Amino acid sequence: MIKSWFKSGSPWIWINAAGVSTSLIMVITVLGLIAFRGGSHFWPAEIVQLSYQDEDQGLQTIIGERVDMSVTPAKIAKISGFKMADDEHELVRYLIKIGNRDITGHDFRWIQARHIKDEQFPTDLVTIERREWGNFYGRIRGIKENGNVIAQGEAAWPVIQARLERASDLFAQIRRIEKSDIGAINYGLERLRLRERKLKLENRWDEEAAQKLAEEKKTFDIEFQQYQTSLVGLYQQIRRDSLLAETDSGRQVDISLAKVVRLFKPNDMNFFQKMGHYFVKVHEFITDEPREANTEGGIFPAIFGTVIMVLMMSVIVTPFGVVAAVYLREYAKQGFITRLIRVAVNNLAGVPSIVYGVFGLGFFVYIMGGKIDELFYPEAAPAPVFGTPGLLWASITLALLTLPVVIVSTEEGLTRIPRSIREGSLALGATKFETLWLTVLPMASPAMMTGLILAVARAAGEVAPLMLVGVVKMAPTLPLDGNFPFLHLDRKFMHLGFHIYDVGFQSPNVDAARPLVYATALLLVIVVLALNLTAIIIRNNLREKYRALEE
Amino acid sequence: MTITTQHAHTHPIDMHAVLLHRRETVKEQNETCIKIEKLNLYYGQKQALQDVSMDIPKRKVTAYIGPSGCGKSTLLRSINRMNDLIDNVSIVGKIMLDGINIYDKSVNVAALRRRVGMVFQKPNPFPKTIYENVAYGLRIQGINDKRILDETIENALRSAALWDEMKDRLNDNALSISGGQQQRLVIARAIAIEPEVLLLDEPASALDPISTLKIEELINALKEKYTIVIVTHNMQQAARVSDYTAFMYMGDLIEMGPTSELFTNPKKKQTEDYITGRYG
Repeated sequence: MIKSWFKSGSPWIWINAAGVSTSLIMVITVLGLIAFRGGSHFWPAEIVQLSYQDEDQGLQTIIGERVDMSVTPAKIAKISGFKMADDEHELVRYLIKIGNRDITGHDFRWIQARHIKDEQFPTDLVTIERREWGNFYGRIRGIKENGNVIAQGEAAWPVIQARLERASDLFAQIRRIEKSDIGAINYGLERLRLRERKLKLENRWDEEAAQKLAEEKKTFDIEFQQYQTSLVGLYQQIRRDSLLAETDSGRQVDISLAKVVRLFKPNDMNFFQKMGHYFVKVHEFITDEPREANTEGGIFPAIFGTVIMVLMMSVIVTPFGVVAAVYLREYAKQGFITRLIRVAVNNLAGVPSIVYGVFGLGFFVYIMGGKIDELFYPEAAPAPVFGTPGLLWASITLALLTLPVVIVSTEEGLTRIPRSIREGSLALGATKFETLWLTVLPMASPAMMTGLILAVARAAGEVAPLMLVGVVKMAPTLPLDGNFPFLHLDRKFMHLGFHIYDVGFQSPNVDAARPLVYATALLLVIVVLALNLTAIIIRNNLREKYRALEE
Repeated sequence: MTITTQHAHTHPIDMHAVLLHRRETVKEQNETCIKIEKLNLYYGQKQALQDVSMDIPKRKVTAYIGPSGCGKSTLLRSINRMNDLIDNVSIVGKIMLDGINIYDKSVNVAALRRRVGMVFQKPNPFPKTIYENVAYGLRIQGINDKRILDETIENALRSAALWDEMKDRLNDNALSISGGQQQRLVIARAIAIEPEVLLLDEPASALDPISTLKIEELINALKEKYTIVIVTHNMQQAARVSDYTAFMYMGDLIEMGPTSELFTNPKKKQTEDYITGRYG
């Protein structure tokens, strides 16, 4: 009976199916977890107001978001030093995000459920997202202009909204001037300084050059003065208003509107308002720059850095891989040496990525970059230009890392082009080169794209080597901007993979950053998926075009 | 160019009638186009052709027949140096085209193949449009003028009896047409560059009877302008389309002569055995 069941092959099918379902469940779990954890971060959390009385302190009010919960058996809790009554079987504790770091010194607090006397969700509680010191939780009592209260209580709310909008506008103006306008001037001044040094190094520094540079410097200085004056004015304007707010302990504080990103009453919002808030937050996350040591704000520079690095890598690796594969497959005499090279290429794919990072740092950055600086940027010394980790070296290192996959898939594609097609082309008087260029390579292009897809998938997720050759925690400028030559290959950049590590494990406020880890991970998956999907769509179009292989 | 179909209306099996008709046409001529002299070809150690010598007449159809593996395809592919692509091939002997040995070191192989076109057993259109398939050989020669291309392509497709079927779908992918049409397209592609010689390697073996018939009509029409060498494993086909037939066996050329004579009055016993179906 059992024997015939085994013979029938059913157990084999069951094992196969189990294997498939296990992997499927694991993938779904991974994606589901990061999607849920990451996605829920942007949902406006309710603020709870608790009356709390524990052993050491009297009755106090705690206002904050409930973030986490832990249940500890009584025995273990006792060992840990909690005073447990005999009839208690377990200790329930909540993690409350109380915010107000500037006042209390910490954002989070564990409290014990048994000490909670009362729990309310008053609708007048506000969350204030600030540019510094994290969230504020409490109540708004009024709004001040130049220190004088102009509205109080409920009446203050519409006034606040209007003035917050004004402050946000001003803030955007200030940031634009500081970042792009003054940034451009600084960039220009730096180039002037380098030009001066260069002329001096080359002994071409004379009256005329000095005068010319001085004039240019003067225009920059005048521009800078103008910006400076308008900045002073803007700063004065933005400092005009401040909020009068009250913390859970009843303390009244002033919060300048210049420091407020947004404020809202989560307990007073309906589902659609929350939905709207959610999308605003997601949008901010994707398009804005990070604040507060990366634990708040957006991650746009990291997305941008990841994408541009992967694109640069693709631009470098594809031609190299294809050319190498064409030589190996079409021109090289097949034999022991080509076999040896193939083995070497395949093994290259197995080298741990950090090794590539070390190689990139040692060879590309220090040797090649150092040489480039010596030859082309002597005026910048001792500051390195290319002799320091940056976008170019990161892209080249990853191109090297992904070269084997491109070579292998292109070779496979070339092998699969039917001989009859090549002969057809040759019989029409085409040379081998023309045959390759006009017929074989276009037909092998889907295979090249497959290689590129694999390369992109690997490169976008790679972090370890990047830490050595160009990725930083916080890059002040994007590698692409409005200053000539627009694409700055020597700049350092931010990367989603490294961002996850940095935010989750290197940040001063790990609890606050944890949801961001999931959100960033989700975004990394989405970016990799989007890059791959683009490549897959291109490949499918190419496949459709060169269908001959299916026959 | 006009298409003459008069030869092809004979019934496929009515070999005697075909041969009678041939006997008249074969006598006049005889300008040699290709002269093969003592050709020996080796795949590594294995000899595939032994001392093959023959004259291929100009503007006639010459058919190679013989059992599988007898070397007829190898011989055909030697004429435009297609065997060069195979590793380990060595060739001794000469193939003279217009008094020049095509295996001479100074010969430009690509230029040779422009003069000696080839059509293969299985249709091998490129995965491009019908238009671009025919234009391929021209573009390689640097002809990109739209007017010249249009005209040449129309002529080539007309010569291949494909124009009426294809004129409205020149921009369709060549892989979307039927196998028979593909094979005629490949022939059109070959004659678009106006070669002197056309080599056909079992051009109808992968096709249905009707497509086969069309290809045969086409061969008849094309010999007015081109020297045609065809390999076929189908003796009726050889009888129907060729003016001369060469019988090959085990790498040797056994006998070559006007088709009518070879089929009705073979000089060698081996030939007779083969055409009467005693082996092969």
